[in-house]
Amino acid sequence: MYAYAVRRILSTIPVMAVVALFVFSLLYVAPGDPAAIIAGDQATPADVERIRASLGLDRPFLIRFGEWLWRVLHGDLGQSIFTNLPVTHMIAQRIEPTLSLMSLTMIISIGCAVPMGVLAAYKHGTWIDRVVMIMAVAGFSVPVFVVGYVLAYTFALELDVLPVQGYTPIANGVGPWLANLALPAVTLGSAFTALIARITRATMLEVLSQDYVRTARSKGVDQRDILFVHALKNAAVPIVTIIGLGVAGLIGGSVVTESVFAIPGVGRLVVDAILRRDYPVIQGVILMFSFIYVLVNLTVDLLYTVFDPRIRY
Amino acid sequence: MKRRDFLISAAAAGALAAPNLARADSSRVLRFVPQANLSSMDAVAGTQYVVRNAALLVWDMLYGVNARLEPQPQMAEGHEVDAEFRTWTFRLRPGLKFHDGEPVRSRDCIASLKRWMVRDTMGQLIAAKTDALEALDDRTFRFRLKAPFPKLLYALGKNNAPTALMMPERIARTDPFQLISEYVGSGPMKFSRSEWVPGARAVFERFADYQPRGEPAEWLAGGKRMLLDRIEWLIMDPATAGAALQNGEVDWWETPLPDLVPLLRSSRGIAVDIADPLGNIGSLRMNHLQPPFNDVRARRALLMGLSQQDYMEAVVGNNPDLWQALPSFFTPGTAIYSEDGGDILKGPRNYDAAKRLLAEAGQLGAKVTLLVATDIPITKAEGEVTQDLLTKLGFNVDYVATDWGTVGARRTKKDPPSQGGWNIFHTWHAGADCVNPAPYTALDCGGDKAWFGWPNSPKVEQCIADWYAAPDLGAEKAAIAAINRASFEVVTYAPTGFFRMYQAWRSSLSGVVKAPFPVFWGVQRS
Repeated sequence: MYAYAVRRILSTIPVMAVVALFVFSLLYVAPGDPAAIIAGDQATPADVERIRASLGLDRPFLIRFGEWLWRVLHGDLGQSIFTNLPVTHMIAQRIEPTLSLMSLTMIISIGCAVPMGVLAAYKHGTWIDRVVMIMAVAGFSVPVFVVGYVLAYTFALELDVLPVQGYTPIANGVGPWLANLALPAVTLGSAFTALIARITRATMLEVLSQDYVRTARSKGVDQRDILFVHALKNAAVPIVTIIGLGVAGLIGGSVVTESVFAIPGVGRLVVDAILRRDYPVIQGVILMFSFIYVLVNLTVDLLYTVFDPRIRY
Repeated sequence: MKRRDFLISAAAAGALAAPNLARADSSRVLRFVPQANLSSMDAVAGTQYVVRNAALLVWDMLYGVNARLEPQPQMAEGHEVDAEFRTWTFRLRPGLKFHDGEPVRSRDCIASLKRWMVRDTMGQLIAAKTDALEALDDRTFRFRLKAPFPKLLYALGKNNAPTALMMPERIARTDPFQLISEYVGSGPMKFSRSEWVPGARAVFERFADYQPRGEPAEWLAGGKRMLLDRIEWLIMDPATAGAALQNGEVDWWETPLPDLVPLLRSSRGIAVDIADPLGNIGSLRMNHLQPPFNDVRARRALLMGLSQQDYMEAVVGNNPDLWQALPSFFTPGTAIYSEDGGDILKGPRNYDAAKRLLAEAGQLGAKVTLLVATDIPITKAEGEVTQDLLTKLGFNVDYVATDWGTVGARRTKKDPPSQGGWNIFHTWHAGADCVNPAPYTALDCGGDKAWFGWPNSPKVEQCIADWYAAPDLGAEKAAIAAINRASFEVVTYAPTGFFRMYQAWRSSLSGVVKAPFPVFWGVQRS
């Protein structure tokens, strides 16, 4: 298995190379000009041209790509065109809020969705099953920003129990950290919870109809053990797959959630960078997200061996 | 104690203990939501208003304008000038320091002025006339000009970007077309670089060694006494900012959306008032190089159909206090304001006459590429009204919905629209930039060297030169009237109206004033 893990990690190199070329090329052909944004609305066309030249944006594609790739290979993601800060520094500033948000979202979502799905499968056809499915449909259907604004209005403005916006680092206290992330995590997790609940219910229904489950029941095994030890373990592989795929959705969803709740995360960083055409930041963040996603997929594949001993690499 | 704070404290008491970062007393901390993301701090290399606003906190100026746009000494103790306005000698106030503790010296001011003169329109005129800019001693320096320039003090003290900010010599030596990377200033607040999270938060701490003047503060003039120790700029979504202001999580919002103002007005503890008495002028900018608007008849036809009421109500709503019709290119309410030549924008709109003019020009039914930055509410509103106007005039409209970054890049192209160019884009100009021709790059008619759209009118250029040379207020008024007439003759651009925006703040703040930029000195919690 270790050899498999090493092989998978090494295989990220060509994947990242393709991502790097694709991202750089896309930005090169996309409309927009950071020089025009730096210069500001009142600047003259000549000013914009001078700034563009000073940034080296008038150089040929291959030269610019080669220089950037060389720096990336040495761990240097470059500097922001606007702030002159290293891209790695800007990402480091923002990574804690995003990871905190995503982690808490996953804990809340998985913690709620799996039991909901198990319950719905166990109570298949009853009102409990229907309520869970209605909630799942609602979670899919309502846009993230609507959920966010409704929660902020209810819990922050009306009830005044949680803040509207902002982020408190965990070093400043777990209580304030949780308070700032509670609404964003529930917001971001609404669709994720719905997805996991539905998949859990579907796979559990399939597993609960298997012969060995009937055998376990007839042998007098406790219903809780049947559900959470025998059945859920066998239903876990698709659930883990969906959770891994859902991480990509969380990364995208974090952009909207971070904007709604003014969380200074990587999602907002990349949106701001795109609007400003801050090329080094865009390239650096996309490379980072791509690498994270590759690692998540690897983790999911390795987790299969935990849930299903038959799977060996 | 608020319910939220109690719950958080209770949760924290039972949670893992962790140290809190030391913070200034919260009664002397201001949380401010600026108009846009603060992506850099260089108000010379860039002309963004938000950058200028932040830079005014960190760097000081030799002179600063008051509310009547009269330049007053700030860092300068005063000046001496000869009768011909050719030799200007300035002396710095004693005890001025930069944030790194170094004294402000003449050579710092000279380097700062040289950098500023490359980028600023008035600065370029001054540079062209400058024989020498020399330090006489550490606190005294002199301009020796080849020709008179009576408006030098105004140039040094104006609030329009690029602003003449005084930086340490080593920073001021940065190429004027590159952003500075060090933010050591001379102003009342220090920029806390370590706490800067671009796009989310910028923090300013009071500079203890700042020496304010003795006079009362008025815009950029007088004593900039900071009654706050710390100012946090928090960048957030408009709806979030509105909720945060209602909830007391922020104290001052620079530009609330007009849609949210009624909600803020009805909220307890929130004050709402006009932000800037000089307001803004909406702009419909035409490309003078490409058909149909390379023909002045087509441009005039547009003006004949343009309803400023439609534009202004789209931008700020139907509150008549927030907008007025503007048959002028200049900011109303000033001593030199003129409406000469603006009759084409007065009275009922005449679409039939406009179409006849277009037919005469052979442009009836012509295709028009309209660039609309839909990520900015003002330009989006203007764009939608223009689409309707162009349709009424019989044009074939190609409505390009995009973001401001794309508009900013595409408007630099002089190619035909089919090859990536454009016919119309929208923006607006701060009223402070439209009081006179000095900061008003959009008014220039220098053809290829002019602002986007490239209008060409030697007559307008001569009228602007006449304003610069005007020796008194009467001559300035006559020059402004002539500029207005000539600009309407060539239709430099189409003013879509004059409008004001609101600002909103917690009632616990006092000292918030109306100005073209947020004035933080004098603001405190009651």
